[in-house]
Amino acid sequence: MASPRMSSRASAYSALLPAFIVLAVVYIGSTVWTMWMSLTGSRMLPNNNFVGLRNYEILFSNDRWITSVHNLAFFGVLFVAISLALGFLLAVAIDQKVRSEDSWRSVYLYPYSMSFVVTGLVWQWLLNPTLGIQKLVRDMGFETFTFDWIAHAETVLYCLVIAGVWHAAGLVMAIMLAGLRGVDEDIWKAARVDGLPTWRVYASVVTPMLGASFATAGVLLSTSVVRLYDLSVAMTRGGPGIASEVPAKFVMDHLFERANISLATAAATSMLITVIAVVAPYMYWRTRVAARGRA
Amino acid sequence: MSGAAAMQTMSPPGDAGGPRSARPVRMTPARWGLYAFLAITAAFFLLPLWVMVVTSLKTMNEIRLGAIIAPPLAPTLEAWAKAWSSACTGLACDGIRVGFWNSVKILVPSVFISILVGSMTGYALSFWRVPGANVLFTAMMIVAFIPYQVFIYPLVRVFAFIGLGQSIATIVIVHTIFGLPTMTLLFRNYFSSLPIELFKAARIDGASFYQIFFRIMMPMATPMIVVAVILQVTGIWNDFILGLVFAGRENLPMTVQLNNIVASVQGEREYNVDMAATMLTALLPLVVYFGSGRWFVRGIAAGAVKG
Repeated sequence: MASPRMSSRASAYSALLPAFIVLAVVYIGSTVWTMWMSLTGSRMLPNNNFVGLRNYEILFSNDRWITSVHNLAFFGVLFVAISLALGFLLAVAIDQKVRSEDSWRSVYLYPYSMSFVVTGLVWQWLLNPTLGIQKLVRDMGFETFTFDWIAHAETVLYCLVIAGVWHAAGLVMAIMLAGLRGVDEDIWKAARVDGLPTWRVYASVVTPMLGASFATAGVLLSTSVVRLYDLSVAMTRGGPGIASEVPAKFVMDHLFERANISLATAAATSMLITVIAVVAPYMYWRTRVAARGRA
Repeated sequence: MSGAAAMQTMSPPGDAGGPRSARPVRMTPARWGLYAFLAITAAFFLLPLWVMVVTSLKTMNEIRLGAIIAPPLAPTLEAWAKAWSSACTGLACDGIRVGFWNSVKILVPSVFISILVGSMTGYALSFWRVPGANVLFTAMMIVAFIPYQVFIYPLVRVFAFIGLGQSIATIVIVHTIFGLPTMTLLFRNYFSSLPIELFKAARIDGASFYQIFFRIMMPMATPMIVVAVILQVTGIWNDFILGLVFAGRENLPMTVQLNNIVASVQGEREYNVDMAATMLTALLPLVVYFGSGRWFVRGIAAGAVKG
């Protein structure tokens, strides 16, 4: 990028004005305000009575918050692991010069175009114990078949995982397929000359080369985990009981229903710190890779 | 159903090879296994769409008696009609069309303004050296990952303070704000790939900042605009949380209204109406997805490189 030193720098500033306002008011202003609120005793309306970390003490002894965090971790690990594994397998399968590749790809990716509300409602219907898949299998003659995970606190999170994987696995497939197509042709030739079986090439040569694709997909999935809200609201409303509550829902409920701003902002700040802990190393790594690429 | 389709596609023993192998590969057991895997996973991915469609075409009686995956015996659009024009949310029984039109009112200006602001920001960042631009860009890339919950409460207060409160204008601004990182990145990367000589030549001819943007850059960026429209249309249409908080009670988008319709049960739940309403809400993104083909994948790829 050259930098033409021209006169109409004012125009450039005017074009960037909205972005700078957003930077100041939203990115910096809101974040600082949210963090500050979490240190005050604000309830229904914001106030500036500094109370130190008391809200965080209350937050981390709050059953619903602890459950929300556990749920998110449990959901997150399963959702990310299964989506990555399934997406990768699909990408490898499609990479075998299958017929009508485009049709397969559209089938795996279309759920990603739909909203979490739609996803949640469809899966809620499919997993409905009285009329859904359970009834289908029972009517086929297996009368003791049970698949009522959505109705039980111990299993409801698996339902969210199923819906989440259905929504996101295609995205992983698309990212991985792009990665696979980027692998140098010569590597395949060399491996064939060496007589390596295809699966060995994938396992020991190609997969390690897909580090960047795995990282990109992993970070995208992880950030969607932290944002998880609509799916839980639409599919289970956090239930049964509080068995599928998630942190984002905790924040929203405490902001708009329970009028407890300080607790909500303490929860939001905790989410922010978690995200930064995940994203900062990734950004650092990307910058390093980019710097090496340029050198 | 997809199994049968897979059988057909693989029946002629083709010249499909292993990855990048030159020699033709016959239908070995391994390739049968490969297609079986693809077909079974395809069934898993297609099942919800199929069930959504067939449920919406049945009567409640048939739903109670029949199998969830069975095609409708006597397809009827009654549930669609009810979902569209008379399904209830609370006391109001005007159907999901209210949410549909709200979503359209939110979507059109949001898509237009977010792309305009994003492309202009991307243009200014790629051709013009402005102090603070790097800070701005880095901040945007980080913010793209941060959950909305961090910003929501202060933004609600800010919009109340400047008198916009909850309104269409508010939600349009909010969509523009949260679309800004991706839109900027998309256009900055695209403009950076254009030859700088193009820009310099226009400068020498005396074109101004905005003339270059509107007369030269935007026409060249048509493919990026298509990608941006796809991303924003699906993203904004599918939004739930921002519409819930910022649009206001009178302007709730379709996703929120869908959730309210399904949640407000009076007497027995009508699954056929629920699924018809769900289908109606999913229709626009599905049309965009299947209509745009590879463009959608391009959009994802462009959006996925953030960071």
